[in-house]
Amino acid sequence: MCLSIPSKIVEIDEDNMATVDTMGVRRKVSLDLMSDEAAIGDYVLIHIGFAMGKIDHEDALESLKVYEQMIIAMDEEERKALIDQDDHCSNRSL
Amino acid sequence: MQDDKALFDIFRHPQTIRALSHKIHQEALKLSQPLKIMEVCGGHTHTIMKYGLKQLLPQMIEFIHGPGCPVCIMPKERIDQAIALARMSDTILLTLGDMIRVPGSQSSLVQERANGYDIRPLYSPMDALKIARENPTKNVIFFAIGFETTTPMTAAVILRADQENLHNLYFHINHVLVPPAVCAIMDDSQNRIDAFIGPSHVSVITGSQIYEPIAKRYGTPVVVSGFEPVDVMEGILKIIGQKNENRSEVEVQYSRAVTQGGNHKAQAMIDETMSVRENFRWRGLGDIAHSALRLRDEYAHFDAEVVFSQVLSYEPIDDHKLCICGSILKGLAKPIECTVFGTACTPNSPLGSCMVSSEGSCNAYYRYGSAL
Amino acid sequence: MKRLQLSQGGGGEEMDSLIRDLFYRHFSNDILLLSEDAAVLEINGKIAFTTDSYTVTPLFFNGGDIGKIAVAGTLNDLAMMGARPLYLSCAFIIEEGLSYEVLERIVLSMKDELSHSGAKIVCGDTKVVPKGSVDQLFINTSGIGEIVLEGLSAHNIQEDDIIIVSRDIGTHGATILASREGIDLESALCSDCATLWPAVEALIGENIGIRAMRDATRGGVAAVLNEWAVASDVCIEIEEQTVEVCDEVRGICELLGMEPFEFANEGTFILAIHPSDAKRAIEILHRFNMCANASIIGKVTRHKAKRVILKSPWGSSRYLERPKGELLPRIC
Repeated sequence: MCLSIPSKIVEIDEDNMATVDTMGVRRKVSLDLMSDEAAIGDYVLIHIGFAMGKIDHEDALESLKVYEQMIIAMDEEERKALIDQDDHCSNRSL
Repeated sequence: MQDDKALFDIFRHPQTIRALSHKIHQEALKLSQPLKIMEVCGGHTHTIMKYGLKQLLPQMIEFIHGPGCPVCIMPKERIDQAIALARMSDTILLTLGDMIRVPGSQSSLVQERANGYDIRPLYSPMDALKIARENPTKNVIFFAIGFETTTPMTAAVILRADQENLHNLYFHINHVLVPPAVCAIMDDSQNRIDAFIGPSHVSVITGSQIYEPIAKRYGTPVVVSGFEPVDVMEGILKIIGQKNENRSEVEVQYSRAVTQGGNHKAQAMIDETMSVRENFRWRGLGDIAHSALRLRDEYAHFDAEVVFSQVLSYEPIDDHKLCICGSILKGLAKPIECTVFGTACTPNSPLGSCMVSSEGSCNAYYRYGSAL
Repeated sequence: MKRLQLSQGGGGEEMDSLIRDLFYRHFSNDILLLSEDAAVLEINGKIAFTTDSYTVTPLFFNGGDIGKIAVAGTLNDLAMMGARPLYLSCAFIIEEGLSYEVLERIVLSMKDELSHSGAKIVCGDTKVVPKGSVDQLFINTSGIGEIVLEGLSAHNIQEDDIIIVSRDIGTHGATILASREGIDLESALCSDCATLWPAVEALIGENIGIRAMRDATRGGVAAVLNEWAVASDVCIEIEEQTVEVCDEVRGICELLGMEPFEFANEGTFILAIHPSDAKRAIEILHRFNMCANASIIGKVTRHKAKRVILKSPWGSSRYLERPKGELLPRIC
């Protein structure tokens, strides 16, 4: 349940509102539910017109590192599997 | 690459999804028996269907679609209540998104709007304040729906209405809670659910702490995951990891947004304005104790159920006889096992709750195809 | 401010002067100025004939207005059937109190749009109705075109045909949605609204093997592809990552839980092309600004008859369904 999209705060407005940008689309959202101080440049999750929490950008980049390693490992395995297949190829004349 | 696009693209990256699929296949070889995973939340059902993730997983893994669609679980009598409120003179009824499409016992809000009643879908509950201010001679009633994610937004609007002394804005509260529904499903002796993918944005508000009792009591891993395809795949990998190591813990894959304690301010605002109901009837699941919220007595003057009680009926109304939504919501049946799926029951004329909203599992099966 | 009055649709002197000062002045051509009960047209061979009514809120939006759509939309329907647009009729149903200046801006925009094809407005009608009877302004246009390429049909699509889309999708629908009251989204989004005939004429002129064309208006790309799959009893397989969607449209889809495939377009068309001509068709389309990012998005197969399949870059696939019901945001 509950669609929510990472968006960047580009302006802090009056009455505890902020302008956020989602891929070039801007809208005003309420900051009423934010526990911590929200600042320009922060990434927040928006749900039905409210910012409900920050996104930890560092954490996302950590995930990226893990995924990159995983892709390298997979490619390596596939490469080995191909070599292996090749080694067992019965048609191969040495 | 722009940072905000990166935040999407990291978690939708094709190679990463392939790599996770590869890794899941490897790890699943160690499983001793098939794994039934319930994704509690409709948003996850949507992700699984939209991105075709089932096709990337080993046969050993089966998804059971959970009850986490606030539109789907709304019993007909409460939709009838919304209709009754909308039919009062000088009234504007507000609600969110596709709630206006869901049929009650006789009609739906969309139909009533066509009949001339003033019913408006909102993009943000904040707009309720503006509409109430602009229409001082009308009763403006917000038919509030949603799980823990959407509840604090209603609370914020109530607190603002209170501050502003708005006397013509009322709330019909249908906010429901995830843990009691999960427990109700697990306590049903027939179920065989081995693990849960925990909701993304419910958990942003509540924190991952609310699943601790579930993991302990039922010995099932709960992995709170984000809504992107990479999130769901990594969540599944973590569940398999726990199973292979014989652990049953609450784990957070969606750590970029979810903490253990959640959003304290939002929790405090809910607590300030709402308390737990003794009982709430869920469409398909029936009565579940302490599974929903109501307005606190201090805010009774905002409570549409109190102020307009004379027009509201609480007589339970059951779903169509042939509908098996109850079993689907409990994970005992799949949409395609239902005799009326895609024939008498379609998104345009839904018989049961799971077909009504795009979050519902029958709707997702219908939309994204079950037999590819 | 000058505002339209009921008397200006009443058939008397006031109506005459409105027609003369506004419509005749800007749409001026020999046939229209004869001012007969019906236009007399000279046409050789087969013709295509189409009609459409236009209602859009707001009347003006980024990239166009109701007048531009009313001209381009009807001309595009002709072009999609391989017809060179020649003549249009044009009926205005105006709400009492509409500003004259607004109406004139719309008429000028229609005039400008006509210049892209050479088609003429040869007859028309004006009604002014009491306040509240219509929402500001409705326009109906009918169009006649001479068939230049025969045999284009949704029933004509065959296995191995290549599916092309003329540009990135969904900008019109997203633009209108963003400007709708209550959503209040700001963006640089611009409707794709455009007259497609010049691009179509070039394709026909270079003998591209076109089986079918359709502009992806209401219901979007999803509706067109599904109609084709059913009409020709084939399966259409689309590679999802080849379908261009601009960032802003993606952003709006993410925000509201919608699909770009379901958004309306007003200057985007889909083509089913004989496989040997597909590459050449793309080269021709790329000469036109409005088709600068035309691309091949899929092909026709026998895999699942009457269905459209979207294939993801990670190896899974799903059905693309026809859009249903009112486009409502997914909140949850």
